[in-house]
Amino acid sequence: MTTSVQAVETVPSFPSPLKEFWQSFSANKGALVASFIFLFILFCALFADVIAPHSPIEQYRDHMLTPPSWAKDGLQTYLLGTDELGRDILSRLIHGARVSLMIAFMSVVMSMIPGVVLGLLAAFFQRYLSPAIMRLMDIMLALPSLLLAICIITILGPGLINTMIAIAIGTLPSYVRLTRAAAMAEINKEYVTASRVAGAGTLRLMFVTVLPNCMAPLIVNATLGFSSAVLEAAALGFLGLGVQPPTPEWGTMLSAARDYIERAPWVVTMPGLTILVSVLSINLMGDGLRDALDPRLKRAA
Amino acid sequence: MFSFVLRKLATVIPTFIGITLVAFALIRMIPGDPIEVMVGERRLDPEMHAAAMKRLGLDQPLHVQYLTYLSKLTEGDLGMSLVTREPVTKEFLTLFPATVELAICALIFAVLLGLPAGMIAGLKRGSVFDHGVMGVAMTGYSMPIFWWGLILIMFFSVQLGITPVSGRIAIEYDIPVRTGFLLIDSWYSGEEGAFKSALMHLILPTVVLGTIPLAVIARMTRSSMLEVLREDYIRTARAKGLAPVRVVVIHALRNALIPVVTVIGLQTGTLLAGAVLTETIFSWPGIGKWLVDSISRRDYPVVQAGILVSATIFIVVNLIVDILYGVINPRIRSAK
Repeated sequence: MTTSVQAVETVPSFPSPLKEFWQSFSANKGALVASFIFLFILFCALFADVIAPHSPIEQYRDHMLTPPSWAKDGLQTYLLGTDELGRDILSRLIHGARVSLMIAFMSVVMSMIPGVVLGLLAAFFQRYLSPAIMRLMDIMLALPSLLLAICIITILGPGLINTMIAIAIGTLPSYVRLTRAAAMAEINKEYVTASRVAGAGTLRLMFVTVLPNCMAPLIVNATLGFSSAVLEAAALGFLGLGVQPPTPEWGTMLSAARDYIERAPWVVTMPGLTILVSVLSINLMGDGLRDALDPRLKRAA
Repeated sequence: MFSFVLRKLATVIPTFIGITLVAFALIRMIPGDPIEVMVGERRLDPEMHAAAMKRLGLDQPLHVQYLTYLSKLTEGDLGMSLVTREPVTKEFLTLFPATVELAICALIFAVLLGLPAGMIAGLKRGSVFDHGVMGVAMTGYSMPIFWWGLILIMFFSVQLGITPVSGRIAIEYDIPVRTGFLLIDSWYSGEEGAFKSALMHLILPTVVLGTIPLAVIARMTRSSMLEVLREDYIRTARAKGLAPVRVVVIHALRNALIPVVTVIGLQTGTLLAGAVLTETIFSWPGIGKWLVDSISRRDYPVVQAGILVSATIFIVVNLIVDILYGVINPRIRSAK
């Protein structure tokens, strides 16, 4: 048995794509640490019901604005203190992770799928569809993304689902442009021609032949889109246009906390710090992914 | 060059028409009857309703309404605010200088810090300074700026009492409007302390608004610097025995700056189109706050106009950037 293992090991072979990816990714220490932090946040989001010490919306009226446990008047039961209505901040942050990550995930999916389809269509039908699609994207890009989201929220009204839709529409053009550019670079390569000659239909060419080769930039864009979606959802919540209270959303928590800047700084500090750490970890992870997946995009480092 | 400008202009026109369509559709896409939305809770009898529809031209077919809207736009008529009963154009013109003033200060802040930091980080690749700058830039890039603003207020205004919390200038000063830029107006007003007050009010918003552009500019300068330093002509310049400073400043920097200028331009567009979050935190009376306030007041003509104006500013600034890019980088002009 040992001999067979040794025999396998001596065969000179290329590392599997997965292993190669992991080697490249784990060499980036920042990205590695960031992914552990992100996994921790993800864990909190998935098991919020179990982990959170209190209910996120239960109001402990006797303990309004209790400072964090390490402060002078802090209580052990409220580790990070309570807010102006006596709700446990830690529990709200943990449940908020669920809301924020869900918004981010859904908005990435909701913009990536139509974005990829439109981008592929624009690349494959360059004469007729491409100008129409790209002009439409230009119009959407004519507004900064937060303004576009606000514009959509004005029409749809605030709320969880509408926040996802607004963010998804705002990031759609980047996927369309990216997919189109990547697909147009692939489309004239020999393997596509070969596949076409072999009788593959347009749909098969689009999704089976070309798309897998355009994935690297798309995955990187999705990671960065994920972090900007967390930020944007929080910004909308802060402006009162996003997820509505009492749903525990990080930005919405901050918008209510503004009035307590002087009396209860922890109400302001904690949600913002959570947003910063989450976004930072996703961005660092995205940098690592980009370097590992697509050496061409590698920052000149 | 002329045909390059024309080509760029031609690509902008359909976008602009699209934006007017979006702004026009916006009011009509809000669920419910526009008149009922405008009067709010009050009940209207059908006759008054019909009269209001007629007065606002809402009884006309859609394409007629759109053409009327366009022809009004060309006269600079953006409609009336439902809340203040003032022409929207007038409101915009009083608020826009505040946004421009803040945007310019934020950009100066970002460029003055970001450019040298990115340049030195690129030159000293792998050094402590490089890691420090990139770490700070990454943090700045990931910063929820509305929180950043609150933290700065908490520290500098509440704890230390150095800077004011909100507004553009202390209330006791009544500065006559000349340019709309309070820094300039207060300087010329000759009132003692007015300029200082305006300056102190400007500091925190500038830092908050400038944080993300600063991070973007620093990162871009660094990577563009690294790329240029690998070029053959840099090696040639070094091999010729030129002084390192000369190689960096004359040979590398000029080429490294091309992408950086584009990034700065794009950031300008974003900032001018309305610093919604920064203006909201600091109650800065600019177009970003105006837009958000009108949404909560359901002042739809203002929302419509605000979005149109913001998009127009954004498009125009980006167009100028595109053209300037052609000016500094002749290779772009001939390409499509």
